Amino acid sequence: MLDWQFSLLLLSNGVLIGLMYALIALGFVLVYKATDAINFAQGEFVMIAGFVVVAFLLSYKAPLWLSVVCGLAAMIAFGFGLERAVLRKLIGRPVIAVVMATIGLAAVLRGIGPLTWGADTKNLALPISDEPFVLGPLFIPPIQIVGAVVSLAFLAGFGWFFLKSRKGIAMRAVADSQQVAMAMGINVERYFALAWAMTGVVSALGGVVWGSLLGVDVHLALVGFKVFPVVILGGLDSIPGAIVGGLIVGIVENVAAGYVDPYVGGGTKDFAPYVLMILALMIRPYGIFGKRIIERI
Amino acid sequence: MLTLNNIEVIYDGVILVLKGVSLNVPEGGITTLLGANGAGKTTTLKAISGLLRAERGEVTKGSIELHGTRIDRLPPHVVVKQGVVQVFEGRRVFEHLTTEENLIAGAHVQGDRQRVRQGIDRVYEYFPRLRERRAVQAGYLSGGEQQMLVIGRALMSTPRVMLLDEPSLGLAPMLVEEIFAIVQRLNRQEQLTVLLVEQNATLALTIAEHGYVIENGRIVLEGTAEALRANADIKEFYLGLTEVGARKSYRDVKHYKRRKRWLS
Repeated sequence: MLDWQFSLLLLSNGVLIGLMYALIALGFVLVYKATDAINFAQGEFVMIAGFVVVAFLLSYKAPLWLSVVCGLAAMIAFGFGLERAVLRKLIGRPVIAVVMATIGLAAVLRGIGPLTWGADTKNLALPISDEPFVLGPLFIPPIQIVGAVVSLAFLAGFGWFFLKSRKGIAMRAVADSQQVAMAMGINVERYFALAWAMTGVVSALGGVVWGSLLGVDVHLALVGFKVFPVVILGGLDSIPGAIVGGLIVGIVENVAAGYVDPYVGGGTKDFAPYVLMILALMIRPYGIFGKRIIERI
Repeated sequence: MLTLNNIEVIYDGVILVLKGVSLNVPEGGITTLLGANGAGKTTTLKAISGLLRAERGEVTKGSIELHGTRIDRLPPHVVVKQGVVQVFEGRRVFEHLTTEENLIAGAHVQGDRQRVRQGIDRVYEYFPRLRERRAVQAGYLSGGEQQMLVIGRALMSTPRVMLLDEPSLGLAPMLVEEIFAIVQRLNRQEQLTVLLVEQNATLALTIAEHGYVIENGRIVLEGTAEALRANADIKEFYLGLTEVGARKSYRDVKHYKRRKRWLS
């Protein structure tokens, strides 16, 4: 294969994977934007969603669309319930309390998932052919295209929601100052619940696309780790940032795998994004699109 | 219209901040609440707007009534729906939202889109400078513009009573006068009832009809604005005038320190 063709292949693969990372990062961003909470259980949300969809698909023999709908409903309920039962009680506590709660939650979910649905890897088959889509020199697996399209659609949808809709503006107001938002008649708790439910939606979709790509087992939760470089690069609270961060991480890990792996024997894919993340933290701690602390002079 | 009956506020279950505050805000008027730092002015406002609970404060005794119905047990977003809105001191805009988005967020309790649009236009009429700055992130507005924005944002919920906390804080005297004039216009043209908390007693007593003085969590003095302006204690401690009415001079060798009569 020619050199430029190889580069192009890595690049296109990186872009598509990156968009799928962006989808999961979106779940993280939504919660951070509205509630200022850092959700360390984002990957586990995706894993649980994958398990639920697979359970409907395989155990109950439900059609795919119904399984996805059930997965969505389950994750929305899960988001609402989690906010009600745990996170609402932590409002007003130090950030570290919420962080620790989500880390604990992550461990619990990683236990509950395999315990309930079994530890074997399940196949979440979408009715898409495995035949790669050939575009000139590029071979693109159709599942990645589906993932990228779903990601873009939801990123655009949530972007519109936050910029234009009144509910979205209220949600940003809550993120800006909970106390002032309360004084303006905004029911802050309700918006917290909404944010977690929205994360549920995104996680459910993430569970479907990533689950069909990687198979559903406890390791599906590992995609959550890729969220951190994505959101640090893009900015913790920025939707365009999630896209750009996702693309950067996707491209960097593919390029690293393509060019560096042959010399060191593999594995660069997993840590290259983190090297970038640390560099980003040193240069631009609020990310490419993150909200800066406004200081008037 | 808005009545506080002997309310007591306790923070954290132990710290007694308000020790029996009673006041009455008549409909369509401007009432002012004067007092030094830490006297309990802001706490009084937060007790009314229901925001105490978020700070682990609580109204433990007494009642707060709006048109005869109690509002002291209601969560803040319900109090706003009832038509009572608080404007915080220190120009607390939503920094990362634009001017117009701030106004839209302020109209949260308003269900009708059309009415929100009208509300925005009304705010721009009172504060034309905000129209020019509509697309600017509120964090980058000047201090005066931010103060206008927080008042305008509070107007978006179409309140009947506005609780205004130190709008003069940290602003140039000319701007303060401009803002007070607009508050007065709102009061007259929109029949907006105002409870104004101030440290700047001179200015507050010129636009208010009635005033209360709070000290150490207690109302120590009340009366019409005229009576308060004439009161020797107020002159000495809040207006900075001596009994003769001249400006106080600290150069006099012997400086007679007046004792507050209400302390005895």
